Amino acid sequence: MSERIPILRIGDTLIVSVQFDLEDQTVLNLQEDLADQIVARSATGVIIDIGALEIVDSFVGRMLATVASISRVLDARTVVVGMRPAVAITLVELGLSLGGVSTALDLEKGLAKLNRAASSGLQ
Amino acid sequence: MTAPWTAGEEPRVYPIARSGDLVHIRQAIRTLSQECRLSLVDQTKMITAASELARNTLIYGGGGTVRAGTVSRGGKRGVAAIFEDSGPGIPDVEQAMTDGWTSGGGLGLGLSGARRLVDDFDLNTVPGEGTVVTIIKWVR
Repeated sequence: MSERIPILRIGDTLIVSVQFDLEDQTVLNLQEDLADQIVARSATGVIIDIGALEIVDSFVGRMLATVASISRVLDARTVVVGMRPAVAITLVELGLSLGGVSTALDLEKGLAKLNRAASSGLQ
Repeated sequence: MTAPWTAGEEPRVYPIARSGDLVHIRQAIRTLSQECRLSLVDQTKMITAASELARNTLIYGGGGTVRAGTVSRGGKRGVAAIFEDSGPGIPDVEQAMTDGWTSGGGLGLGLSGARRLVDDFDLNTVPGEGTVVTIIKWVR
């Protein structure tokens, strides 16, 4: 059995903190679990904290973009927070600009971004 | 291979047989990159490139091995990794090196992206026999 990453909830927001290097199957599980949980818990926001990740390759990058798209379709908004500078440089050079993925520097700024979006009614 | 392995430091061979192996390979490349004192950004680039190529070996090559260690050339040190499979090979290398081109449902960034992240990149492929990709990141 592959591992599953816990998904926490605060109010209407789901929070995932990725704490270790992920196997591909764990990445796919997270994608599905988040889609399920957005619907099951009527979440309007998702925050994925990747501050502990030393690398983000195209597989994880694609998962982040896919989760952002899935959540949009399910009337929720995803913010990826905590990306390390070296990871950002590497992702862009790799060719993944993560267009369509909303980001914030840390969890607090990510929550503020979700709250602003909610109060202005923008998706 | 464009540079010899560092004398007295044998490269190690790691299997690429299942997706869990990618985690171990990333860890091994990280350890080597730190020992070699690559900068943090260069470590990140090298590990990311290795992750892309190991996944290619697994998905397109049907599995294989990676040999990783330190190399020396002209007084410089670097980290090298050689990915080898005996899969179907790449019939059209130019096409496979194009951003966005994929035969396997991925993003098509593996080969072209990995090449941009490292200093030396060498690809040898024979249709029906397999593929060998060598990458090196040099200490600046």
